[in-house]
Amino acid sequence: MARTERTAPGGARLELDLRDGTLLLHLVGEWRRVGPSPIREVERRLAGAEGAPPASCVAFDASALAGWDSTLLTFVRDVLDRCAERDVAVEKSGLPGGARRLLDLAESVPEQRDAGRAPRSPPIVDRIGEITIETGRSAAEGIEFVGSATLAFGRLLGGRARFRGSDLVLLVQQTGAEALPIVTLVSFLLGLILAFVGAVQLERFGATIYVADLVGIAMVRDMGALITGIVMAGRSGAAFAAQLASMKVTQEIDALATMGISPMEYLVLPRILALCAMMPILTLYSDLLGILGGLFIGTGLLDLSFTEYVQQTTDAVGVGDLVGGVLKGAAYGVLVAVAGCLRGMQAERSSAGVGKATTSAVVTGIVAIIAACGLFQFVFYVLEL
Amino acid sequence: MTAGREEPEVPDLDGRPHIEVRGLTMAYGDFVLMRDVSFTVRRGDIFFIIGGSGSGKSTLLRHMIGLAEPAAGEVRIGGEPITGAPPDVKDRLLRRMGILYQSGGLWSSMTLAENVTVPLEEFTDLGREEIRKLVSLKLALVGLRGLEEHYPSELSGGMQRRAGLARALALDPEILLFDEPSAGLDPITSRRLDELIRELRDSLGATVVIVSHELPSIFGIGTNCVFLDAESRTVRATGHPAELRDRTGDPVLRRFLTRGEDSMPEGCR
Repeated sequence: MARTERTAPGGARLELDLRDGTLLLHLVGEWRRVGPSPIREVERRLAGAEGAPPASCVAFDASALAGWDSTLLTFVRDVLDRCAERDVAVEKSGLPGGARRLLDLAESVPEQRDAGRAPRSPPIVDRIGEITIETGRSAAEGIEFVGSATLAFGRLLGGRARFRGSDLVLLVQQTGAEALPIVTLVSFLLGLILAFVGAVQLERFGATIYVADLVGIAMVRDMGALITGIVMAGRSGAAFAAQLASMKVTQEIDALATMGISPMEYLVLPRILALCAMMPILTLYSDLLGILGGLFIGTGLLDLSFTEYVQQTTDAVGVGDLVGGVLKGAAYGVLVAVAGCLRGMQAERSSAGVGKATTSAVVTGIVAIIAACGLFQFVFYVLEL
Repeated sequence: MTAGREEPEVPDLDGRPHIEVRGLTMAYGDFVLMRDVSFTVRRGDIFFIIGGSGSGKSTLLRHMIGLAEPAAGEVRIGGEPITGAPPDVKDRLLRRMGILYQSGGLWSSMTLAENVTVPLEEFTDLGREEIRKLVSLKLALVGLRGLEEHYPSELSGGMQRRAGLARALALDPEILLFDEPSAGLDPITSRRLDELIRELRDSLGATVVIVSHELPSIFGIGTNCVFLDAESRTVRATGHPAELRDRTGDPVLRRFLTRGEDSMPEGCR
């Protein structure tokens, strides 16, 4: 405290002084946030540069030290390491008391060698193997999950499944009503785009009236359900995964399980039910909005009259198309809900795990929807529906 | 503690005020949690904020680090008010403090070394090699040598707490604040943590503020404390914990510090 007037201008300085085989390190000035430490110089002197004999002992002198922080400690630790390599004795008594105690504290717990880790990037073969095993395990978990969800559904049909009705109502509101704005926007724009792409082609044949067929059939048969499914995967699937994953982190799921309440019935089942119930309705709504989008282009750009367009659409779209589309919607709903809940329940117990689960839920949901869409195309074609 | 030779690096522990809380009123909207809270933390203190659950201990801590603004009153760090200070002043004051959160608060997507590296990278212009050395020093100080590449999820609760402490120490803070450091730790781990805190206080010359209701810690290492009372919504007592226990005539405080005869540990409400 009384020595601050001796603070060397320009921060820390190291003065080396070799006397009787003892290398004395004078620590001078304000030793704070010292960048590259002067360890090289110490090393050089230890090795016995400039014809001088190598030092046999190292000591510190802190009488001119005005202040210090951890960078002094890292420097001293460097010196200690170098001296240990060369079997040079170190006299620490010249160091400030606090620094000495901290150094002792840092040495007091031995390095946890048994806790050594595998290198950051294992060989490629290892990684391929690990990924394969992981994929297999994840697939098995997925199958198990679907199985137990089915069993839970069976118990529901038997009237024995337990979940809170109010949860289901809330989920219906979150996945249904609250999704309307985004479904409105996306479906209307999709109808618009379909009509526009179709119009450019059909105009060449003077068959612009068939834009109504194109938009109507495309929306009702496939696109309505598909786009709603994708929106729901990004919206509700992600929400399910994030919520279940954080419930896992905070041990809420363990709490349910230990009370003998099946998380499958209590958490997963209402989510699947809600989405499976809401998706057909949202699909119908999306169909309607898509057709409105087409109508907008038809009447606005192609000089078709309102009644003409509507008449053409109702002629083109059959009840079978409508039912097929709605059923597809329900199926996508189940897929999205299962993907979301599965990834949520599989999540690691950390905040990074929640993020991974959410990402994976959306990816899985969308992939499942597209794959199912392809499958439906094939089945409907074979059955000539 | 450092008798004999006078050493310039240990800040004077002569009892000059380091943190002053003056007439602090904490409120959520219209709901007043605590009013007229005043106390002083001296340099080198291990200062405990104690009180029953729901008495606003953690909220008080949030006010002391400027995370929450008081309805009235002020908090001064080294004479400089942190309450109502502009963001740049607040940041500067916060950089002199290290905070350990209740469950460690480690970033789970980063290794221990990366966790400690972040403040050093953000707030110093040290090179990569210097930072690496500092990180390994900080982890060694809290007894986690060799665990640099581990992720927080791979550690026990006590180790996570220590790792959080290493991160709090990263910038050589002069004030260390702890929010329930030993909650959920076994008595031995908790005692080791207490000893570590005291050892760090002694060698760094830091001021320590701890929110806790762990009586062994309070009597073991506390040099001063403030007792918040949920009933009267203000400070009920301040002073050295053991002296308070032995000399107080206040039945509520006495019951708290002796764990009551028949009530639960936090049963002061």
